[in-house]
Amino acid sequence: MTTGLLFALTGVVLFAAGAAALLLVDHLLRRVLAFNIMGSGACLVLVGLAQRNGVPDPVPQAMVLTGIVVAVAATGLALALIRRLHAQTGATTLPRDGADND
Amino acid sequence: MKRFAVSAAALGFAFWLISALLNLPATLIDLRPLLAEAIPKSGVAHPVTAVLLNTRGYDTLLEIAVLLVALIGVLIAVPPGNPALSERPATADDAMVPALARLVAPLAVFFAIYVLWAGAHRPGGAFQAAAILAAALVLLHLAGLTAAWSAPTLRLRIGLIAGFLIFLAIAAAPLLGGMLLQYPPALVGTLILVIESGLTISLALVLAGLFLLLADRGGVR
Repeated sequence: MTTGLLFALTGVVLFAAGAAALLLVDHLLRRVLAFNIMGSGACLVLVGLAQRNGVPDPVPQAMVLTGIVVAVAATGLALALIRRLHAQTGATTLPRDGADND
Repeated sequence: MKRFAVSAAALGFAFWLISALLNLPATLIDLRPLLAEAIPKSGVAHPVTAVLLNTRGYDTLLEIAVLLVALIGVLIAVPPGNPALSERPATADDAMVPALARLVAPLAVFFAIYVLWAGAHRPGGAFQAAAILAAALVLLHLAGLTAAWSAPTLRLRIGLIAGFLIFLAIAAAPLLGGMLLQYPPALVGTLILVIESGLTISLALVLAGLFLLLADRGGVR
């Protein structure tokens, strides 16, 4: 097993853990964190898999670099939306759907 | 019950994907030789920079547009002067923090310029330089030396959009007789440096703005 493959496998674990957390936690800040962990896992898979035979590939590296910057911007936007929600309603979680259907 | 089901599904997904990765066949498409061929005429010597600004210039052009849209979204979500967000003044109680910030900020600018220049032939480039500059701006604010940004002034607006407009102008100029993002071979190195300098400033302002437009607007020391 090469280091690159190990990175990719770690990325899979991070992605799965982030996805599970996204579904399980209610606090919006934690959801944003979980989503970021999913994104980091995806980036790790992309970069690690591309260099699994030991030679780094610049193309996925450049894509991941772009992805990181976009992820930072998306996180900032998500935090702004959470603050707006908190300022207007005082809530830090989304209202539950179907509470009145059950 | 939900906790158990989700955990089991995530665990199953991870195991399935890991077993798939372990049995992956060798890659059919290898872009590395193609890229190595293109490097001499790409205007830069470092492959990642060549991919970002030359062979996959689309990605970078759209990326800076996405960042601008995200910043506009932040401005819409948090209207300037929102009283709910300015309860606490920005304070740094320790005298060491502002002193250190004054020392670090010029060094950060210096280092950012080096990283930008280094991007042509070694790891570095516009994104990393912009991240360093944005970190310096955030540090100055956290140390209580600069105020948070309330509403973008005209100068700030120009700075925010300059990188995108410069890149767009250089990318669209060849449309008169060629294709989008087809740089003239004689000027390619200079054009990439111009694009990267513009991107550095705009990216730094956008990244810092994502923080400083959301920060508490307190008094300046």
